[in-house]
Amino acid sequence: MIPVCHLRDLPEGESVRVPTDPPIAVFNADGELYAIDDTCSHQNASLSEGFLEGCLVECPLHEASFDIRTGNPTCLPARKPVRTHPVTVEDGTVYVHVAAQEGTAA
Amino acid sequence: MKTITVVGASLAGLYAATELRSQGFDGTLRIVGDEPHRPYDRPPLSKGFLTGDLSPAQLALAEPEDEAGLDAEWLTGHRATGLDVRERTVVLDDGRRLGTDGLVIATGASARRLPGPRYDGVHTLRTLDDAVALRGELARGPRHVVVIGGGFIGAEVASSCQATGHHVTVVEAARTPLIGQLGEEMAAECAKLHGDHGVSLFCGTGVERLHGEPDGRGRQRVCAVELSDGRVLSADVVVVGIGASPNTGWLEGSGLALGDGVLCDGGGLTDVPGVAAAGDVARTAGVRHEHWTNATAQASAVARNLLAGTALEVPSRPPYFWSDQYGVRIQFAGRRGAADTVRVVEGSPEDRSFLAVYEDGDRTTAVLALNRPRSFGRLRKRLAAGTAGAAGVAEAAGAGVQASAV
Repeated sequence: MIPVCHLRDLPEGESVRVPTDPPIAVFNADGELYAIDDTCSHQNASLSEGFLEGCLVECPLHEASFDIRTGNPTCLPARKPVRTHPVTVEDGTVYVHVAAQEGTAA
Repeated sequence: MKTITVVGASLAGLYAATELRSQGFDGTLRIVGDEPHRPYDRPPLSKGFLTGDLSPAQLALAEPEDEAGLDAEWLTGHRATGLDVRERTVVLDDGRRLGTDGLVIATGASARRLPGPRYDGVHTLRTLDDAVALRGELARGPRHVVVIGGGFIGAEVASSCQATGHHVTVVEAARTPLIGQLGEEMAAECAKLHGDHGVSLFCGTGVERLHGEPDGRGRQRVCAVELSDGRVLSADVVVVGIGASPNTGWLEGSGLALGDGVLCDGGGLTDVPGVAAAGDVARTAGVRHEHWTNATAQASAVARNLLAGTALEVPSRPPYFWSDQYGVRIQFAGRRGAADTVRVVEGSPEDRSFLAVYEDGDRTTAVLALNRPRSFGRLRKRLAAGTAGAAGVAEAAGAGVQASAV
């Protein structure tokens, strides 16, 4: 369980990059928090720096789009999913629970 | 249409084929490519591939199962040499004639070469084979590398060579590299990246000629670059990055309208029914772009328009390109006018991290970022939506969120 930031520092529509290995991106999509691997499955770009619209984040480099709830790509050029990670909030602090390396956490 | 042939097996060709299938085309689909390789991504060739961080397999544009799903007949390693529009036939280099109802021309562009004798040690960088050859030379130990042309390919090659321990000099004919794309002020800021990393940049001078010497094995190898101002730079390896020319030679005499590209309407259709073009080879509505995103957007539109027989879809998003140099990500989107003013709205050029907007009066025409992908993304969206006025800029330049813990 990794502390990410204060919830107030992650307002709706924003994201934050957690410098784990590999890095993780945590999003606040209209009040719901989601975490996925930060690195686009297509090429080296940070999804936390992408454009968030609803539950879709668009890679800042090539516009690959991912559903942050499932980690699945929704359009080319990405073909592979990114991992998802559970997120919790305790006492106003956002925590990410890093999923196992293999497979994706639901 | 029962048969569609896509000539060109790179980004635009693959995307056109993929889109044709996803838009319901269930006839015979052929993909012809002159390189022996399955579709691969070119941008990393001058970056991660050259530095050795990426393998050829990591460049693949499609997974084997995606290729299988296309249910296409692949004719890679074959160059198209002619087109007969009356018989609707594509001619291949082995003499085969492929009858087809529809045709997507996606033959791309080829790197320009310097005139004069060909010496070993002189490279262009466009194809995987080019990159493998250059990488092989650079793997032999530190070299004096002279890069001719300070555009994106040249700058990225210089950056990759510098990062892998080579001594690098860049020669640029214009007074500042990228001046045509970025304008004087911002081009000058980007050019500083070379000096930051100990790479010499000589501007405002062309190349008079290359000097060769016998390599002891009966061949001539480059040893120096003579500039038009008289200077002579010693060189073990020369990389020529002076632009690309569209691959339209095979269409000469076919009746298709050509002119620095295949002339198309905004939707990628030529004036011959059933014949379309996409990517670097296509001049759509008078403009030809050599950008990755342009190739994918055009391919999608062309597939739809070809199947419909009319230009239902005309890609309209502003041109976008990016470049990774010396650890800095440069991104640009929009249509900059020569008289536009430019101002930095976030960050600072001294830090090599900033967002700048180009403006025609109070209308934002283009946006440039160095290491500011998030702000850039927002402004690029606004630009595409046509809402990037002064207010949009102010809002987009608002703060992002920083990781405060961990």
